[in-house]
Amino acid sequence: MPLRDEVGPYFGEYGGRFVPESLIAALDELDAAYQAARVDPVFQAELAQLHATYTGRPSIITEVPRFAEHAGGARIILKREDLNHTGSHKINNVLGQALVAKRLGKTRLIAETGAGQHGVATATAAALFGMECVVYMGEVDTERQALNVARMRLLGATVIPVISGSRTLKDAINEALRDWVANVDTTHYLLGTVAGPAPFPVMVRDFHKIIGDEAREQVLALTGKLPDAVTACVGGGSNAMGIFHAFLDDADVALYGYEAAGEGHLTKRHAATLTRGRPGVLHGTRSYLLQDEDGQTVESHSISAGLDYPGIGPEHAWLHDIGRATYLPITDDEAMQAMRLLSLTEGIIPAIESAHALAGTIKLGKELGPDAVILVNLSGRGDKDMETAGKYFDILDTEALEAEISEPAPDGARGDNA
Amino acid sequence: MSRVEEVIAARKAAGSGALVGYLPAGFPDLQTSIEAAVALAENGVDVIEFGLPYSDPVMDGVVIQAATQKALSNGFRLKHGIEAVAAITSRVDVPVLVMTYWNPVVQFGVDRFADELLAAGGAGMITPDLVPDEARDWLAASDRTGLDRVFLAAPSSSAPRLHQAVEKSRGFVYAVSTMGITGARADVDTAARSLVGRLRTAGATSTCVGIGISTPEQVREVFEYADGAIVGSLLVKALADGGVDAVAKAAAHLATAK
Ligand SMILES: Cc1ncc(COP(=O)(O)O)c(C=O)c1O
Repeated sequence: MPLRDEVGPYFGEYGGRFVPESLIAALDELDAAYQAARVDPVFQAELAQLHATYTGRPSIITEVPRFAEHAGGARIILKREDLNHTGSHKINNVLGQALVAKRLGKTRLIAETGAGQHGVATATAAALFGMECVVYMGEVDTERQALNVARMRLLGATVIPVISGSRTLKDAINEALRDWVANVDTTHYLLGTVAGPAPFPVMVRDFHKIIGDEAREQVLALTGKLPDAVTACVGGGSNAMGIFHAFLDDADVALYGYEAAGEGHLTKRHAATLTRGRPGVLHGTRSYLLQDEDGQTVESHSISAGLDYPGIGPEHAWLHDIGRATYLPITDDEAMQAMRLLSLTEGIIPAIESAHALAGTIKLGKELGPDAVILVNLSGRGDKDMETAGKYFDILDTEALEAEISEPAPDGARGDNA
Repeated sequence: MSRVEEVIAARKAAGSGALVGYLPAGFPDLQTSIEAAVALAENGVDVIEFGLPYSDPVMDGVVIQAATQKALSNGFRLKHGIEAVAAITSRVDVPVLVMTYWNPVVQFGVDRFADELLAAGGAGMITPDLVPDEARDWLAASDRTGLDRVFLAAPSSSAPRLHQAVEKSRGFVYAVSTMGITGARADVDTAARSLVGRLRTAGATSTCVGIGISTPEQVREVFEYADGAIVGSLLVKALADGGVDAVAKAAAHLATAK
């Protein structure tokens, strides 16, 4: 069977539904609605129309020769998901699921978010469709992605900082699942990556397939052949599955997923799930995860909130085991340097998540040499990361900023006697 | 009939129902959790549900989350949970079911876990995030060892799924009273009564209702239509606030409903 035809609920020994019985009916209902929508031309047309007039699809590809000089001279082509409305690939899945939720008659969307990109996308769809929206976000992440918290609130969403466990993405998912168990009649849980119980891994992948479908055509048109390699960063794995899928059965196209290695995959502070984890069950699915000997989930670390997750989608676990895709660790510093390099050489500021893919691509390009063509999924833009980057590179004029905030406006700006 | 089924049947024959009490292992520390479980047995609890702390307890509300998180940060290990079961069963006659999320069992080894639980005198396992559809290894291990396996049934479960829960469960079927997570509630849902009715239609003879129960009045009400009532958060809160004495009092108070 072609690898592209795999539709779950299992990918090899991974996937399934490890959830409380209370959620099974909702997953069945969702699966039925999604299966119907998948083959319904009306649904597909509605989604395509939204992508054309709202998301801004197709997203372009951009060749980056000045950046490529630092990557062994290989031809490097970026798939520009950063140019989508709301700034990342996340919107592809969100609009798809929101349409399914509407069909199910749900009036309330809930979501987990790490970097805030998925939360922003969900809040956006809720605003667009007139639905209520609650976003769960680890307290740690609300602090490092404060700008996105403000965006979600401006879009009318309620953001709930999660203070249980490690206070990051994994705990936000726990909280969202708890909410869903209690409110499943009115609520759709709009899961943001290719993890979780079936049908989420397949459904989310399908809504992101458009990335690879477009890019495959675009690269063919530009270069006359398929790329030698396709690269993406991997948190839960949605942008990577989205761009990989179109190439799964092209045996000559190598697939590389770059995991967050934080301070180093051999330290305790990383999120390199396939590199350092082992199979188990987390958040409703069987896949690889970072865990201790007893199966307690181990806290992950990454400078990028969107990759700071100790699990990974089951389809990636399967592609890893069968050797179809290769997953390699990228440290915080490698990612930050790649972020700066793309900014300096091409005038494109990538999300720190996406910068992991760029850092991996630099190494890969040096390995493959100047004849290689590498397609990179630039999953998001870096605006949300300016505070982190500003601090990291010490280019934030914090003193000036603080002075501005603490001191009254200059004389005359607002007259005392007014 | 398993021991848990016998205990429940006996309470039913006495015209009442079984009181099932939940406490987590290792909270506030391992020894105290053992003493507290013993106190349950000595104050009218018929079946102990002994929870193994887990890092991502999606079925649990804040009271149980806080307790199990404390146990984990104190260094709780699975082997301690099994040691505690052995300590409890050596002191009291009340059957002890372990309540655990699935990944710890997978990592321990399903067969090894079953063997060690049996050796510790445990009666079986309640699995909040394992549905029978995914339980092949556990069905085999529990058949081999004779351990009870308690699956959940929810108000949202379809008739075929209720059938499956009844058919695959041994000990009792855990009827989730309400669509939600653990924690005390003012009203135990009317959904519970109708769910138990549907479980009876599906052939259930041993059904306990859990989630949200915290008063003797609620226990009595549940006994009108079900075979047992499960109380958790109230007991955990008593232990957190007032130690083993408070747990003993809380259990005795609940047992007035029997
Ligand atoms: C820009 C961007 N890329 C990647 C990710 C990681 O998610 P996934 O691995 O599902 O693509 C995120 C998550 O927040 C993100 O915001």
